[in-house]
Amino acid sequence: MESSILSSILFATIVAGTPLIIVALGQLIAEKSGVLNLGAEGMMSMGAIAGFAITFETGSVWLGVLGGMAAGALMSYLFAVVVLTLMGNQVATGLALSILGVGLSAFIGKPYEAEILPTVGTVRIPLLADIPIIGDPLFNQQILVYFSWALFGAIFWFLYRSRPGLVLRAVGESPSSAHSIGYPVIRIRYMATIFGGAMAGIGGAFLSLFYTPLWVEGMVAGRGWIAIALVVFATWRPFRVIVGAYLFGGVMVAQLFVQGSGLEINIPSQFLSALPYLATIIVLVIISRDQNTVRLNAPVSLGQPYRPDA
Amino acid sequence: MTSETDDSQESRLELRGITKIYPSVVANDDVTLSVKRGEIHAVLGENGAGKSTLMKMIYGVTKPDAGEMKWEGEVVNVENPAHARSLGIGMVFQHFSLFETLNVVENVALGLPGNPDLNQLAEQIAEVSNRYGLPVDPLRLVHALSVGERQRVEIVRCLLQNPKLLIMDEPTSVLTPQAVRKLFDTLRQLADEGCSILYISHKLDEIQELCHVATVLRDGKVTGDCIPSEETPKSMASLMIGKELPVPEHNAPVELGEVRLQLNRLSQKSDDPFGTELQDIELEVRSGEILGIAGVSGNGQQELLYALSGEKPLADADAIVICGQPSGRDMPDLRRRNGMGFVPEERLGRGAVPRMSLTENALLTAHYKDMLKNGMIQFDKIAEFARQCIDGFNVKCGGEEHAANSLSGGNLQKFIMGREILLAPKLLVVAQPTWGVDVGAAAFIRQQLIDLRNEGTAILVISEELEELFEVSDRIAVIAEGRLSPVKQLADTNIDEIGVWMSGMWDQPASVEVSANA
Repeated sequence: MESSILSSILFATIVAGTPLIIVALGQLIAEKSGVLNLGAEGMMSMGAIAGFAITFETGSVWLGVLGGMAAGALMSYLFAVVVLTLMGNQVATGLALSILGVGLSAFIGKPYEAEILPTVGTVRIPLLADIPIIGDPLFNQQILVYFSWALFGAIFWFLYRSRPGLVLRAVGESPSSAHSIGYPVIRIRYMATIFGGAMAGIGGAFLSLFYTPLWVEGMVAGRGWIAIALVVFATWRPFRVIVGAYLFGGVMVAQLFVQGSGLEINIPSQFLSALPYLATIIVLVIISRDQNTVRLNAPVSLGQPYRPDA
Repeated sequence: MTSETDDSQESRLELRGITKIYPSVVANDDVTLSVKRGEIHAVLGENGAGKSTLMKMIYGVTKPDAGEMKWEGEVVNVENPAHARSLGIGMVFQHFSLFETLNVVENVALGLPGNPDLNQLAEQIAEVSNRYGLPVDPLRLVHALSVGERQRVEIVRCLLQNPKLLIMDEPTSVLTPQAVRKLFDTLRQLADEGCSILYISHKLDEIQELCHVATVLRDGKVTGDCIPSEETPKSMASLMIGKELPVPEHNAPVELGEVRLQLNRLSQKSDDPFGTELQDIELEVRSGEILGIAGVSGNGQQELLYALSGEKPLADADAIVICGQPSGRDMPDLRRRNGMGFVPEERLGRGAVPRMSLTENALLTAHYKDMLKNGMIQFDKIAEFARQCIDGFNVKCGGEEHAANSLSGGNLQKFIMGREILLAPKLLVVAQPTWGVDVGAAAFIRQQLIDLRNEGTAILVISEELEELFEVSDRIAVIAEGRLSPVKQLADTNIDEIGVWMSGMWDQPASVEVSANA
């Protein structure tokens, strides 16, 4: 009995952490190129409603995920035009993008309020899933969970093993140097930003298609913001993003478990709901205190507009 | 026809009528230049004469508005730096184009075409750096390298592509005299192997020592071509600035007065993980003398200046004594009230608020000199004071109501120096007094410092330009890795010894003969 509770907590933790991993890794790429897009919350919201609406109308979850990705990418393209071509302020534009995305998704989503989609089944990986206790929660999972792991591997390889990744890091550290040795800084930043938006869209679609297959206004519930914080406090290192995301997921599940258990405790439920956010930030602040790690991993030009000389 | 082909075979690079116009200034006006195979060709000019713009056009960073560039006899349009590199043009930038958080191999790889294997590349780097006497460790992170080592990385990066033309933009401004000599050996070796070198500088003695031919630029125009070995520094200076180079008069030492600044075992850790820790710095500056502190940048100058100005107060009040007052813990304002003036290295941002008018900028440090009445600003008095700074120090500007960032670097520096000097400080701390200032203004500023000393002010000058320190100082010391060397009378030392000290080696017995520097 005990082991089945453990298994289901582990399962739920991984599911709760997955959208954060996808969104935060996407933002990590954008930020490594020097672009700070605070619009993740808005892009996730748009991804969530686009995914939900398309799946609801067509019946295809895959079209929904693609649609969510496209919606996120489109939002980030809008952002990129404003900050990279028109040299708008990245912080202000990002905030506006969040507000726009949350509002617009609520507007588009009106007809879909209270609609429910069928639950998407998990995908079982033979053999691995037979490992006792951890096998089932790890290897009998939503397909996007596997995707998030693959994404981590791909991004790690890209950033630290591939030449385009090296160029991306160089652009984020010193766009003027990168330009002077001949790299197309603006184009690289466009691509990184749009990749970040596409991942935010998938993260949003995960919420409305897999996590809780329904549409409610405001269902992203601050996960976009926590993903942005995650990138910073993970000191722009992919592995720490994973740790932080699962920590968030774990505390989220634990507090839901406490709230649902009917235990006699005198803690306001609002506080319990805030706990995952609080715990994630506290832990990440503590592990990111080392100034050297920050200096070596933070993209120096983050948030600064760059215009190459004519 | 035949003569033309002969010409083009001989010259590797030819520029004809190159013109580049920026919205506010003509950076290059009808520039013509020709560089031969294996020639070290100097491009000489003051700051803002258009040297860097010209080089950026050759390297494809920017494009000319008019004119023609011929490379080995063929007209080319350099699209971008990658194109320039494929032609065989390499460039070492004045402000390095290196990435601090990446290691040497990664930095080099970024400047090479294709996708080089990093392990193989590390071997190639070791090979090239051996061959040209440019030792670098391929696996170190760039932020941990000294400025000289960084320059070597840039040069190695260029050499790996077997360039036919190497552009060096003010390469010696960050090097010790010994490192300069090593660099010259490398450049001569390259030229002997047939590589052409475009050497950009405003230092006349270096150009005389190294270069075969010089092209002089002034205000974007070519004012002459010469053979440096046949010219005198005087004649080249007059080509460069249009008049003779003024040399400041250093009067006989004035009688030393009381101690105005005393540092007692000043130690401080740096907040910045890549910063320098100050260790047990001791010195005294008396009324009527100029003490110069030399050193390669990044050896604790920034940290020392922050500690002196009060921007980063110390824990120990006695570590800094200003005019008899223990001031280590005081904030900048209190130190100023005690008689200290301060001119930081960054003119815009620390020395002046960029968007405020000169009047308002004058108020920032002069506010305790009768500029306020019952807490209200007396605008007519400040404006009067600002006008004094402008008139007395030949500041070229639209008027005292113009914003600080509308002035050129040299003029703003003159204004800030004027503001501090007119406050009649008992002690003046100056960082890089003539950094980025043209030769004429630099000579003026140095003269002002000497005049101020003659009137009895104690002056501490921290500078990376050795020639400047030897021109103005009475005594000189070196800062290296956060420690201060012994202080020497200027007459008892010379540039060679100070150069050795700049690498931190004052504890060893002198390996260099100290000869009179006549």
